[in-house]
Amino acid sequence: MSGAGAGNGEKRVLPQAPEGAPPAPEPKEVPAWRLLLTLGAAGALAGLLIVFVYQVTQPRIQAYKAMMLRLAVSEVLRAPARWDTLYVYEGALTATPPEGVVAEDTVFLGYREDGIRVGFAITGAEPGFQDFIELIFGYDAETSTVIGMKVLSSKETPGLGDKIEKDSAFVAEFEGPEVPLQGVKAARATGAANEVDMITGATISSRTVIGIINHQLERLGPMLEAYLEEAS
Amino acid sequence: MPRKATSGQVFTRGMWRENPVLIQMLGLCPALAVTNTVVNGLAMGLATFFVLFCSSLLVSTFRKLIPQEVRISTYILIIATFVTIADMTLEAMVPEIHKALGAFIALIVVNCMILGRQEAFASKNTVGRSLLDAVGTGIGFIIALLLMGAIREVLGYGTFVGIPIYGANYEPWIIFILPPGGFFTIGFILLALNWWERRKLERARPGEVPGRIAVERAA
Repeated sequence: MSGAGAGNGEKRVLPQAPEGAPPAPEPKEVPAWRLLLTLGAAGALAGLLIVFVYQVTQPRIQAYKAMMLRLAVSEVLRAPARWDTLYVYEGALTATPPEGVVAEDTVFLGYREDGIRVGFAITGAEPGFQDFIELIFGYDAETSTVIGMKVLSSKETPGLGDKIEKDSAFVAEFEGPEVPLQGVKAARATGAANEVDMITGATISSRTVIGIINHQLERLGPMLEAYLEEAS
Repeated sequence: MPRKATSGQVFTRGMWRENPVLIQMLGLCPALAVTNTVVNGLAMGLATFFVLFCSSLLVSTFRKLIPQEVRISTYILIIATFVTIADMTLEAMVPEIHKALGAFIALIVVNCMILGRQEAFASKNTVGRSLLDAVGTGIGFIIALLLMGAIREVLGYGTFVGIPIYGANYEPWIIFILPPGGFFTIGFILLALNWWERRKLERARPGEVPGRIAVERAA
């Protein structure tokens, strides 16, 4: 600790000088069981406290996460009347995975008021510029277009990479392009239906967002088709 | 050997004269990392305050029971417990801010300011004095983070606590919300503080030495 204080270089005296305490007496030999007892007791108390706080806070944390996911699904599918949750299990989509099986992925199938399907909401995550970018996007399998995109979590550079969630022009690029998406620089845009203008100064972040959508559709696309065929 | 500080001194010195960030240069990591807005700085300051207060309370209460040999591990254990509690509580109560602070909440564990106060003060003083010291130091930390956050948010976003303060033509100075901006800001604050301190010393009449310098000379 004192090294940090002395790092000032000037003639400052360390502020942490002992507070008028009498000079410490020669330390006595402390038996090992006391050391073990101290650490053991402290550890047990710490564990108890944390478990207690975990029990109290966890429901709220889970509820918040579920709420954010509901909002996100609703947003990328343009406020569907309701949606089914489907699980990816053994290369196919199923509404009811076998008991005790953890699904690899979940997708949401949204319906309009009159029962017509709006499209799928699919989540995905890939490494961006600094950390994983996690996003959800809406996909209309019948027209092969993306309906909308929302970033769920990212740690991209403030002011540059974080435009993937804060710049409405970039987010709006994902309303209706055909897949597979093709990221282009604004100056070179040709107006093709699958083009998405990337953000200047945030090429990696933009490319990651486009990549997540393309890769997820490559992987899940056939399953979505199969599920729709089976259902109709 | 400095004379024993009065309770008032114990309480107030951490706020400014021995400010943990601006004078002692402790806890610089969170002070640089999360102070890109006032709200983030305040949240980090309050979380650190909570951990410092609770740790000082426990360490000073049990100071006679903790053997010398394992004191540091015990302090860290106590600090880590309260950091975990603060982390979960923030996530449950203010998830947006928790998201903005990210890993830096968990990193309060290794904030040397907190461990420093336990080792240098709470382990040697009564509960009352330790709590005064913790409150004073904690407020000093919050003051420093608020100062950094205010400067960086005003320059980097053109807002103060989210309220725009310039016209629409203001082009935000983005570097101030990026990591280099933290270094620039703390550098300029320290420059100003040191210049001010030196000027005060030069202007003082012989035999009359003001403020912090007097304390240091006495020591």
